[in-house]
Amino acid sequence: MTGAAPGGRARSAPLLGHDAEPTIFDFSVPGRRAASFRTTGVPEWTAEQLVPAEELRAEPPPLAEVSERDLVAHVTRLSHRQYSVDLGAYPLGSCTMKYNPKVCDEAAALAGLTGAHPATPAAYAQGWLALLWGLSDALCRITGMHAATLQPPAGAAGELTGLLLMRAWHQGQGRSPGKVLIPDSAHGTNPASVSLAGYRTVSLPSDSRGLVSPATLRQHLDDDVAGIMLTNPNTLGLFEEDIAQLAGAVHDAGGLVYYDGANLNAILGVTRPGDMGFDIVHLNLHKTFAVPHGGGGPGAGPVAVTKALSALLPGPVPKRLDDGSFGWEQPARSIGRVHGWHGNALALARAWAYILANGSDGLQRVSEAAVLNANWLLSRLRGVYGVPFDRPAMHEVVVSTKGAPGLQPGVRALDVGKRLLEKGFHAPTVYFPLVVPEALMIEPTETESPETVAALASALVEIAAESPESLALAPRTTPIGRADEARAARVLVPTWDARLEAG
Amino acid sequence: MTHYVPHTDEDFSRMLGDLGLSRADDLFACVPAALRLAGGLDLPAGMPEPDVAAEMARLAGANRTGSDLVCFAGGGAYDHDVPAVTRALAGRSEFVTSYTPYQPEVAQGILQALFEYQTLVSRLAGLPVANASVYDGATATVEAVNLALTATGRNTVWVSGGLNPRWRAALATLTAGRGTDIVDVPLVDGVADWEATAARLDVNGPSRVATPGALVGASPNYLGCIDPLRRARAVVQRTGALLVGVFDPVAAGLLRTPGEEGADVAVAEGQPMGAPMAFGGPYLGMLAVSAEHVRRLPGRLVGQTVDGDGRTAYVTTLRAREQDIRREKASSNICTNQTLVAVAAMVQMAWLGTPGLRELALRCARGTRYLRQALLDVPGVEPLVGAPVLREFALRLPAPADVVVERMADEGFLAGIAVEVGGREGLLVAVTEKRTRAEMDAYVAAMEKVVA
Repeated sequence: MTGAAPGGRARSAPLLGHDAEPTIFDFSVPGRRAASFRTTGVPEWTAEQLVPAEELRAEPPPLAEVSERDLVAHVTRLSHRQYSVDLGAYPLGSCTMKYNPKVCDEAAALAGLTGAHPATPAAYAQGWLALLWGLSDALCRITGMHAATLQPPAGAAGELTGLLLMRAWHQGQGRSPGKVLIPDSAHGTNPASVSLAGYRTVSLPSDSRGLVSPATLRQHLDDDVAGIMLTNPNTLGLFEEDIAQLAGAVHDAGGLVYYDGANLNAILGVTRPGDMGFDIVHLNLHKTFAVPHGGGGPGAGPVAVTKALSALLPGPVPKRLDDGSFGWEQPARSIGRVHGWHGNALALARAWAYILANGSDGLQRVSEAAVLNANWLLSRLRGVYGVPFDRPAMHEVVVSTKGAPGLQPGVRALDVGKRLLEKGFHAPTVYFPLVVPEALMIEPTETESPETVAALASALVEIAAESPESLALAPRTTPIGRADEARAARVLVPTWDARLEAG
Repeated sequence: MTHYVPHTDEDFSRMLGDLGLSRADDLFACVPAALRLAGGLDLPAGMPEPDVAAEMARLAGANRTGSDLVCFAGGGAYDHDVPAVTRALAGRSEFVTSYTPYQPEVAQGILQALFEYQTLVSRLAGLPVANASVYDGATATVEAVNLALTATGRNTVWVSGGLNPRWRAALATLTAGRGTDIVDVPLVDGVADWEATAARLDVNGPSRVATPGALVGASPNYLGCIDPLRRARAVVQRTGALLVGVFDPVAAGLLRTPGEEGADVAVAEGQPMGAPMAFGGPYLGMLAVSAEHVRRLPGRLVGQTVDGDGRTAYVTTLRAREQDIRREKASSNICTNQTLVAVAAMVQMAWLGTPGLRELALRCARGTRYLRQALLDVPGVEPLVGAPVLREFALRLPAPADVVVERMADEGFLAGIAVEVGGREGLLVAVTEKRTRAEMDAYVAAMEKVVA
């Protein structure tokens, strides 16, 4: 490496201060206030003059009574108790916690975007429609699909939308098959979405390569198969090399092939789901296209489909008219809406800014660097951690503490993750995918520098030298130590008021 | 070329060399040649950042917003003031760029903010438990119906004709897989006639309806009418259905809570609490339940506990409900939610405070009274329905509503949203605390001109 300091190691951050932060309710003093309203000149009728007495609540809902200064201090202190990508590397496998460019933040804050009511007639929202149309078109080019809906507000919402499209397509063929095949390494949202779509999940075992084998697939194919959901590269970070055969076999059985776009970050400009034989694709714009994760959301989960399915898409969809302006169009046999309006529009705007900035060359470089970082990291961990499926990785790697050549017996993946927090990095994803015992799923992403990836590798190797007993004590330098999660579930305290009742 | 990959060409060469590879292309040897995309993506090359900013500004400038098109539209998206403090705090990058709080030791910020959000939503709803958000009002309604039908083991939901029609559409789409049977309960003069539908339980023939597992009522409803949930109570008692109440977090400053009115589940579109209109999203699905249904809650729930040293700590809890553990048996498929919008709502609700929320609701109601009265003086303009309203109202106009909206835009107003109820067309008009008397007087003058 260069010898430069690793930009993604956050060990200097004062994520310290071991006192608990009081809640906003603890700061409340009757009569104190922050709110301020504009001067309008509207007559000041009383509540009793405006609302029938029997509908009025006796007391206003108790929220909090705080000064703006105390509110700002409180929430700022909360922010200091929170790890983030802006602070340091966040190698959570399957989550693609890449750097979120600031230019996209500024774009999404433009008053001309934030101030538009979603019912604004198309003629007065041409900027928004052009943006949505452009994004939709670009996503189709990136995935090799024909048309897309931008309504689904998250990946799981995209999955359900895609499965409902699958259902509608079969109904259009006069068929009603009942099951969907999913590899055992899949995200939990896949089977949950399958159930909501009214299908049964049939789990496909991964083979010794960590892949779905055509032979195994064929054993499960029959008239009752509606389709298969695959992530490619899969959640082990491996490319499903037999994908064309798998897709062909499912098609031959009358089923459709669904692409979970969780791992699209590995293949931008390299290959496209459409070329692999997929019919339905959902994308996680909050992963691949750098929409920040916001502590758990909002994201966006557009769904793109082949021409054969495009008439079924949720509507309305943006359309470019002959005169170059933009309007809305309802697909001919639309399954209906999946969102109250047009989807998480500001997340879509961020993704559009990101795609403009990167372009075809930049997006390909994203995948190259993501795959390079992951493989380089794997090369440093091999021989120390267990590598259950030791094949060329894509954008993430799955290693294990079980049977690891360089670890003492009894070291748990959870403990390695907790100790990594003390080393200045966020923990990897642990215990996923389920097919690997004591899994650590690590995704450095393309935005971490070689120095950061090297420092992360060194930290993981250093941890390997420690005893299980010492690792179980971690983390000690974080705002809290390990939390009593069993107690949280046993004595549920979901609100400040419940805490008061619990005494 | 991308601006965000830090690797120099030398870095690339060295790292590839460490792996025994020579070209970046070698990294993708596992992708069969037949599937490789020749010539790269069919997209323009990357743009420099200032050019991106200019293009985004051009797009933003091609929308009519603010004083260029003064907003009197509502229908589930409202033009409220979002104060600087909400934008500043919810825009802190520690919140913006963090992930779902799976490592509570370094995620106490998000977790505690969500705990405070849950408390505030619980108080607004008058129910003891609220989750840490779903996507929007529409999907919150879907989740509530799924919860109620799972709890009752039934398959039929009765939905007030006052439910937002786009939410009603999303409910139909998203429950198609479960085969949920949706029965529409008609409005009579703006409020749901639950008894009329209940009478169809007893008839034979095609108008017969199945016993519901859930009743979905809304107050204020889509037409702005106060339609108290307690009017559904007799049907709830008779059928054993769970009552889902759609409420409005602003109206909650004045109206009785869904909990007081007998709701088992309460849902709301949380956008009015700190989220800009933003062409429809990201918004915020608020969802609260009675204690008995807490284990059926969809999505994340934050609970308070302690760490090993006895310090207060917050964690996501009752995790066994969720998709990553329960997979095909999960109560919902939700994973990514609207956390950042919930954090903004927490800040907004704390900023408003107890008296501030009441004042906000009152100011909306005053503006609504003022504009409605003035518009009803315009010749040919009549109320579409008669029930009392709070902050939104529907009018019958002497011209088609979509034509009126178009002509009013020429006068500088987003006049409202065209609605249809019982075959009668009208215009749905919303007034927030932002609308001044001068704006409303100008709106009325424009309307006089447009409908004349």
